[in-house]
Amino acid sequence: MPGILDKTPVATLSNDEILRYSRHLIIPEVGMAGQEKLKAARVLCIGAGGLGSPLALYLAAAGVGTLGLVDFDVVDVTNLQRQILHTTADVGRPKLTSAGEKLKGINPFVNVRPFPAMLTSANALDIFREFDIVADGTDNFATRYLVNDACVLTGKPNVYASIFRFEGQASVFAAPDGPCYRCLYATPPPPGLVPSCAEGGVLGILPGLLGVIQATEVIKLILGLGDPLVGRLLLVDALSMKFRELRLRKNPDCPVCGAHPTVRELIDYQEFCGVRGESAPIMAEIPEIQPQELKGQLDAGKDIFVLDVREPHEYQICNLGGHLIPLGDLSRRVHELDSSREIVVHCRSGARSAQAVEFLRQVGFQKVRNLRGGILAWSDQVDPSLPKY
Amino acid sequence: MKVLIPTPLRQYAGKKSSIDVAAGTVGEALQLLATENPDLRRHLYTDDGDLQAYINVYLNDDDIRYLEGKENATVKESDTVSIVPSIAGGRGSSAFDFS
Repeated sequence: MPGILDKTPVATLSNDEILRYSRHLIIPEVGMAGQEKLKAARVLCIGAGGLGSPLALYLAAAGVGTLGLVDFDVVDVTNLQRQILHTTADVGRPKLTSAGEKLKGINPFVNVRPFPAMLTSANALDIFREFDIVADGTDNFATRYLVNDACVLTGKPNVYASIFRFEGQASVFAAPDGPCYRCLYATPPPPGLVPSCAEGGVLGILPGLLGVIQATEVIKLILGLGDPLVGRLLLVDALSMKFRELRLRKNPDCPVCGAHPTVRELIDYQEFCGVRGESAPIMAEIPEIQPQELKGQLDAGKDIFVLDVREPHEYQICNLGGHLIPLGDLSRRVHELDSSREIVVHCRSGARSAQAVEFLRQVGFQKVRNLRGGILAWSDQVDPSLPKY
Repeated sequence: MKVLIPTPLRQYAGKKSSIDVAAGTVGEALQLLATENPDLRRHLYTDDGDLQAYINVYLNDDDIRYLEGKENATVKESDTVSIVPSIAGGRGSSAFDFS
């Protein structure tokens, strides 16, 4: 297949660079011409986290000339289990500061271009136009659809991967004549239905595996080598260590890349994904209790039944001694609860328990409240000896 | 025939990664699954009974949207149906923690 950069002028390599890239240069399929293409290439990584870490590290090492990074976050200690761009000393620092240092450390010839901002409909097109390839390593549907649409509108291939627990997906979207992300999934799931990494967890090596697949696809696109993952969805299951492949088709009725597109400019992706507007008002109606208030009432000997709707493995990390019924089992096990008693429901941070309270009220429970902020807030406000996770 | 259940939906399907069902079409197989696992139904179907747009269903390697008959595509005992939901994880920030 032709390389993505075949029309752009190539860069020349210094003697220091020739020595650095010698293991590339002696592969006939790469050679001087390929390495010069890499140097001339401009790749934008969306997210400097789980996927972005191995992706950016390998692209920098390989000699991609210009690496753009978009991220607005600071390094959190819970990131370090998988985000290998960042170290313990970086906790609390902006991810792009940390990432820039690491990438320059690996390869000072790389031009690192940080964009310390949230990617939005207002800035995406201008940023994308300055790059040849976009690699999507974000963690939420709103940004996934934004990246896809902006790639289609600017004509940039979208090297995609996403992960959940032990599973990953990868593809190359929006390549010439190839399908886009919307051809695969026209609309996102409603918020909260599919758990985020923060909620569902992720095996630390999994973004490593998928991020390296992304880096491989980016390099193949630049060099014009092999068969890119265009029109194919790679499914990776780390537990069975099986790689499966599904055929993707360009949807002729796709609202963005179809024959008669209805999306001709970027839209409000928060609204499209239902992140604002729908979920907040529902939550507002849920009766709540503050951790301090619950503690006071329990200490005063008030009869309160504490219901924990987390999973058993979370209960093992820390608990308030409540009765454990995971949210997914609640409808089957609701008979274990006494509706005449006062019930306080909690989870880790308060969202799953809000769903549980909503469900219990629908089936007739009246004296049921949500512990605001969950066990995390309990640790902050009542008992700091309780570990947070 | 075998239906492969993706990780995010296993919690609604008795934590199983695959379920064997006896069905004549892809649609029948999914309906059987939804009947046996009531919590799974709303993740597969809209209130109107259509497949959710964020779920793709594959018969072996092919998206059923592009098969003749779509959901009514006939299946053999040796076939595999895959449910492939959209997942978004990757950057791993706490900013989108809905839990």
